[in-house]
Amino acid sequence: MTIAGTDRAAAGTAAVARATRPRRRGDFSRSEQRAGTAFAVPAIVLLLVFVIGPALVALAMSFTNARLISPVAPEFVGLDNFRRALTEDAVLHRSFLNTFLFAALVVPLQGGLGLVLALLVNQRIAGRNLFRTVYFLPVITSMVVISLLWRFLYQEEGLINSALSMVTGGYFAGQAWLADPSTAMGAIVVMSIWQAVGFHMVIWLAGLQTIPEEVYEAAALDGTTPWQRFRHITLPLLKPTFVFVLITITIAAMGLFIQVDIMTDGGPLNSTSSIVYQIVQKGFQQQQIGYGAALSLIFFVVVFALALLQRRLTRDSANLWLASFAKED
Amino acid sequence: MTATTLRPRRRLWAYLPMTILAGFFLFPIVFMVIASFKSDHQIFADMDSLRAFLPVGELSFANYAAVFDRVPFWRFLANTVFVTFSVTALGLIVNSMCGYALARMRWKGRAVVFGFIIATLVLPYEVTILPMVYLVANLPWIGFEGVRPVLEIGWLNSYHVQIIPFVVNAFSIFLFAQYFKSLPRGLEEAAAMDGAGWLRIYWRIIVPLSKPVFATVTILTVVTSPATWNAYLWPLMTVQSEELRPVMVGVQYFFQLDPAWGEVMAYVSMITIPMVAVFIVFQRAFIQSIASAGMKD
Repeated sequence: MTIAGTDRAAAGTAAVARATRPRRRGDFSRSEQRAGTAFAVPAIVLLLVFVIGPALVALAMSFTNARLISPVAPEFVGLDNFRRALTEDAVLHRSFLNTFLFAALVVPLQGGLGLVLALLVNQRIAGRNLFRTVYFLPVITSMVVISLLWRFLYQEEGLINSALSMVTGGYFAGQAWLADPSTAMGAIVVMSIWQAVGFHMVIWLAGLQTIPEEVYEAAALDGTTPWQRFRHITLPLLKPTFVFVLITITIAAMGLFIQVDIMTDGGPLNSTSSIVYQIVQKGFQQQQIGYGAALSLIFFVVVFALALLQRRLTRDSANLWLASFAKED
Repeated sequence: MTATTLRPRRRLWAYLPMTILAGFFLFPIVFMVIASFKSDHQIFADMDSLRAFLPVGELSFANYAAVFDRVPFWRFLANTVFVTFSVTALGLIVNSMCGYALARMRWKGRAVVFGFIIATLVLPYEVTILPMVYLVANLPWIGFEGVRPVLEIGWLNSYHVQIIPFVVNAFSIFLFAQYFKSLPRGLEEAAAMDGAGWLRIYWRIIVPLSKPVFATVTILTVVTSPATWNAYLWPLMTVQSEELRPVMVGVQYFFQLDPAWGEVMAYVSMITIPMVAVFIVFQRAFIQSIASAGMKD
């Protein structure tokens, strides 16, 4: 796959070699221009085909009634798909609300618990590496496996209920968590956090370790309390990490799918249906690819708007984070 | 005096929450492995006590034997390993070269390409997955009938449909570019003086100096890419043939109204333990890699 790039880079190699004797500045730049392009071309081509390509396909299909496998040619239906999505599809509206609710719960809880875990395992005590490993273990376990496993744990006669009943001395009777519309989404939220929080613990930990010990020592000499040090030293210095955590959890949360697909099929009463679940249901299972494409476009716009909003709200640090690279030198 | 009396209590306060949390993170995984050796009857009988986490009662490999009867496990595993290896290896080449061009070479269009890559960072891949199915169903591919190349239309039901769309990764490019930027200036100039070309400079000088970022991207790809070890939705949509499907899609063989839970636990243990083993061995590198993904330099 890099064949084209290799040839062109090899041409660049020869040019550099030629230019090395009494080298003129211009020659070097020209070979650099050619080699730079050649190095980037495989990635650019793949990005164009597999990111821009699907976006264009979605745009084209969304105005048609195309089906995934159909002998009949797709017809142009104008804005019908968008009208249906925005005004008629109550399940879709519910799915948008569910997905936002999921993100609104997961982002602060997972980000916050991740920070708590990071603070705990950042203490200088024996065995902290063991605890890090344990908290991180679910991250390397597939969400598919986790969802299947927790579907079992959440059953009425499952382990979660027997544990709760044991802790409360039999007071808690038991509950079919995934079968009740009022608890199903909460159950998915808890499990999702359980799976991914270790990842963000590690990110926070890396942020914590960039803060020099002397800063704390100096502050301690000034007679500050641990809480004051956390509030006025740790938190402000963690701001770039905060932005990274915020953005990555949001992106992941908006893509909610596997948990729903494996644990609830969007039920009960659509209380756990997510945007991606609807896209897969309509566009793939029911083969209405034109409608699914319209949903994908709407989803794209929503995610992009959300990303812009977050960038704006956290502007300084987000720019700091991204632009540490982008600035010219 | 106060210090010595306080210390054990303070230590208790440090360990108590950490231990409780450890239990919270471990219990489902311990349960999974233990239950995989029990009969369904025993699993449910043990549910209301700590026996659920203990290897007690009648233990056997019956569930594992049943898994091998139900699914072609080795075939699934081989598919997953092959696809994971291909996506990771090709990704290292393509993304690192692009990252290198962005970080250390001056060429027209660089700023545009970089801006575009940053923009795609914020998109969950699920956004494009449906139109991508339609796209790959209509892409051309050169297949072979014996030794004669033939033009085929449609990538569905193949290995390449599981690999090629996921080779390029904006975040990997970003990580490579950041790392390459941190290497000392003037490396290229010195090498160019000796007559080395760009490809040679990249391969002989830059790559050997950049092992940490290659390790990081490898680990992140294997753990977080939707096309490697955890591939599920994409192969579910694009690969119907059993011979080509990966391990995660195999869980579908266990979906029934009333699943045989012992078999389910055996199967999910089998597809989890290899990764856990790799993680335990390279634990330090894993944690380090994830940590460096969140750092800005």
